[in-house]
Amino acid sequence: MSTLTLRPGAPASAILGVGGYRPRRVVTNAEICELIDSSDEWIRTRSGITERRWASEDETVKMMSIEAARKALGRAGIEPGQIDTVIVATVTHLHQTPAIATTIASELGATGAAAFDISAACAGFCYATAMADSFIRSGSSTYVLIVGVERLSDMTDKTDRSTAFIFADGAGAAVIGPSDTPGIGPVVWGSDGDQSHLIEQTQPWDKAMDGDNFPDGEPHWPMLRMEGNPVFKWASYTMAKTAAEAMDAAGVRPEDLDVFAPHQANMRITDAMFRALKLPSDVVVARDIARQGNTSAASIPLALEALIESGEVHSGQTCLIIGFGAGLVFAGQVILIP
Amino acid sequence: MPTTEEVRSDLAEIVNEVAGVPADDVQLDKSFADDLDVDSLSMVEIIYAAEEKFGVSIPDEEAKNLKTVGDAVAYIERAAS
Repeated sequence: MSTLTLRPGAPASAILGVGGYRPRRVVTNAEICELIDSSDEWIRTRSGITERRWASEDETVKMMSIEAARKALGRAGIEPGQIDTVIVATVTHLHQTPAIATTIASELGATGAAAFDISAACAGFCYATAMADSFIRSGSSTYVLIVGVERLSDMTDKTDRSTAFIFADGAGAAVIGPSDTPGIGPVVWGSDGDQSHLIEQTQPWDKAMDGDNFPDGEPHWPMLRMEGNPVFKWASYTMAKTAAEAMDAAGVRPEDLDVFAPHQANMRITDAMFRALKLPSDVVVARDIARQGNTSAASIPLALEALIESGEVHSGQTCLIIGFGAGLVFAGQVILIP
Repeated sequence: MPTTEEVRSDLAEIVNEVAGVPADDVQLDKSFADDLDVDSLSMVEIIYAAEEKFGVSIPDEEAKNLKTVGDAVAYIERAAS
């Protein structure tokens, strides 16, 4: 029997740079309320959202991804040609095949990189971070570009008063590379498929295309539907336990944590998680949702970019990230701020 | 077994912590939504905190029937007995 040779991997990996793309068009709560029976005050108190951004026609999944990736590469000081793996996390790339990751790799100049998309909804960025870390430590990859990108406005029912104000668009990217010391802690991840009905696309594309499935005989574009209160409970408490496990796994105590950057789902979820985790009051908390809405896979890198650019956090600080969403899926880890 | 007043008082503390409602306002005849201005997300937090505090389980389908503080106290007393 032959013995196969294994490639040596790096001892650890780290996030080297993050970048984001925020669509041009700002959509205020007043504009949202033109189509739903609600108010600016109701939206603010239920979600903490004051405005969000919706992509215009030219701000495609690809375009936003490339813009975010270029910023991340520049900040990381890595040339596109050094990237050997591209992972794109998205649920709103409407072209089912090919994966958008291959075109992004090619247009960036990451020629020949391994490239694929993953579908892990709002946990997509943390799933991709875990994969990049593993690929680098196993020797499969050296520099990995991960992108979380969504055009959720394409799948938002603008007349649904429970979701119209939440979902938004954008892209966030990170460059992850080898490191002598760990910059990405162990992931705590999983899924709860029993709860898949809590957040879902209303109907699959084949049903959507066939007017016979609808009372009016017309095809209907699928939308995202969410049961708010059970999702709120799961996200606030079950996810707080997952977040605590991620800190335990990395050997980081609450008093050692500098930054908390959860998926920007709803400010009330962030607040409830913060209380449930009993984090010290001096921990910096990402609140990008106020002006960005819920951008699913893009929300964590966008929030990180905002915190870094504002100078609120600095390189080397410990930061707990946790993504959770449709599936239900979840993943959390402690990272060091690049 | 805690008395009804003890359950109400502990629940009032939870409502105060979660929603900022003065604990003295949390009386048995008060409606969470109409009198205490507790919204549906705060109600989820209150139910969760009550489950932890009193060691009871309050399923979602029961939770939505708990309109008043008295409803919640009665449910907790039954569930804990």
